[in-house]
Amino acid sequence: MSIAYAISDSLALTHRNLVKNLRNLTIIVWGAFVPILTALLYAFVLGSAIEIPGVSYREYMVVGILVNSVLTASTNTAVGIGEDMKKGLIDRFRSLPIAQPSVLIGRTTSDVLNVVLTVALMALTGLAIGWRIRSSFLDALAGFALLLLFAYAAMWITAWIGVRSKSVEVMANSLYLFLMPLVFVSNAFVPTTGMPGWLRPIAEWNPVSAVVSACRVLFGNMPPATEGAWPMVNPIAATLLYVAVILLIFVPLATRRFKKTVGQ
Amino acid sequence: MTEAIVAEGLTKRFGDVVALDGLSLSVKEGTVLGVLGPNGAGKTTTVRVLATLLRPDSGRAVVNGVDVLANPMAVRRQIGLSGQYAAVDEDLTAQENLEMIGRLYHLGWSAARKRAVELLERFDLADVAGRYVKGFSGGMRRRVDLACALVAKPSVLFLDEPTTGLDPRARVGLWEVITELVAQGSTLLLTTQYLEEADQLADRIAVIDHGKVIAEGTPDKLKYDLGGDRLELTVASASDVAPAREAIARIANGDVTVDEEIHQLIVPVTNGPEALPAAIRLLDDANVTVIGTNVRRPSLDEVFFSLTAKTPETAAEPELAKEPVA
Repeated sequence: MSIAYAISDSLALTHRNLVKNLRNLTIIVWGAFVPILTALLYAFVLGSAIEIPGVSYREYMVVGILVNSVLTASTNTAVGIGEDMKKGLIDRFRSLPIAQPSVLIGRTTSDVLNVVLTVALMALTGLAIGWRIRSSFLDALAGFALLLLFAYAAMWITAWIGVRSKSVEVMANSLYLFLMPLVFVSNAFVPTTGMPGWLRPIAEWNPVSAVVSACRVLFGNMPPATEGAWPMVNPIAATLLYVAVILLIFVPLATRRFKKTVGQ
Repeated sequence: MTEAIVAEGLTKRFGDVVALDGLSLSVKEGTVLGVLGPNGAGKTTTVRVLATLLRPDSGRAVVNGVDVLANPMAVRRQIGLSGQYAAVDEDLTAQENLEMIGRLYHLGWSAARKRAVELLERFDLADVAGRYVKGFSGGMRRRVDLACALVAKPSVLFLDEPTTGLDPRARVGLWEVITELVAQGSTLLLTTQYLEEADQLADRIAVIDHGKVIAEGTPDKLKYDLGGDRLELTVASASDVAPAREAIARIANGDVTVDEEIHQLIVPVTNGPEALPAAIRLLDDANVTVIGTNVRRPSLDEVFFSLTAKTPETAAEPELAKEPVA
């Protein structure tokens, strides 16, 4: 019975978030402009000076852009929770006889559906500037699924941050601050092979590098590395492992924190 | 009658701040308790503990015989809560807000919709049911919020400062709604900064300050204990003030305060209606011309002045700093 309630509560809250998102669609579309602009700048400005052996730079960087934009979108989870806390809605939800985790489940579920839209917009931009999917339909589908799965895991991290934080604005800014180095110290935009010796292992063990490599493999843009850190040689397995570890840590952490106290 | 709400020795600290300091109160089934106190007295913390949102450091809380700490889920099924700021979703319509809450109470889609329509009708919001709450006034938001708290027909209701930030007309409108609710037999715990509001709505009042109940009783008893009534006597000119003050001292049972600007004396007396004719006679004998009289109960500022020995200014100040609801 309580499982049935948990599902229906999560659905009710997912529905609510989706309705809200649809009404604020302009925010999502405008939100995609920055990543699209970034993609164009990388493709035509920075890309003009970067050579990657065996693949055109534009084809190389689009997956990096995709991962960057789903990670940026995952911060919306924290912001959404923060807004609901600020407006007293979380208190209202917590005073109802609902399965408590459903507030966070509803939030992350609706946010993943948002990310589908972001990915679609970014993939179209990528195709327009020369990115190509060179693998089978099923592999490509797996690539997109992996991207969403990774975004979902990232959302549970930001959910945990959102539940802990006191100020929505401060939190949003600090999340970006954290995201920048995370994305740049990876193979998202340049290969790790050219990085200084001390930085290279950090970049190669960075989960962002794993998902970027995995997607490049699944979209047929680049084969897995033959040398380097384990996640670079086995990017798909590494991504799945990272996702599992993140979810195993942050789902209970966020849920427990949410149950304990929200706000003060 | 049995107790619907019981709090015993609740304590709660936030860092260095003691929010609840051994607070105890009880509300009998079907009655209204007004919890009166200044900002920071512990009103909201008390409501949050009783409504399962916050664990106290120590103490016991029981709602309808169910221990709040041991079985919060069972308590949530029986209570309705309307928090300090209207917790409504601005991007949804009034109807959608209520339907969502109905679904979360597991009423099912169609029953949730029916209940939403019913409540909107009752709260005079049927005309705006399909409009986004974003465009609602403070009073309308409050009504939606209150309707949300009533979706599951709870037997115990918690209203935390339901009229803070509302204009006087919206406030009176909300009072009517609350009075109706109470007439139907709900148990209600209501916090407020306004003595007048507690007076209008509550069967009993608990005055709290610094996380403790410092006075408790029916509104009449409490106000009597707090120094009876106040006479407001306005005299014709500034030169009348001094003789009037001297003449009136005999019947005052406390310090007379004077508003020099409008030549008004505020005189604490035991029984206003009895003291008024005597006061007028005394002033007449002293050849002072009275141009206005009024009998009233002590104001909230005066209540806190006498109960907590705070100056009325410091007691009233935080209210000004408060964010408006709208």
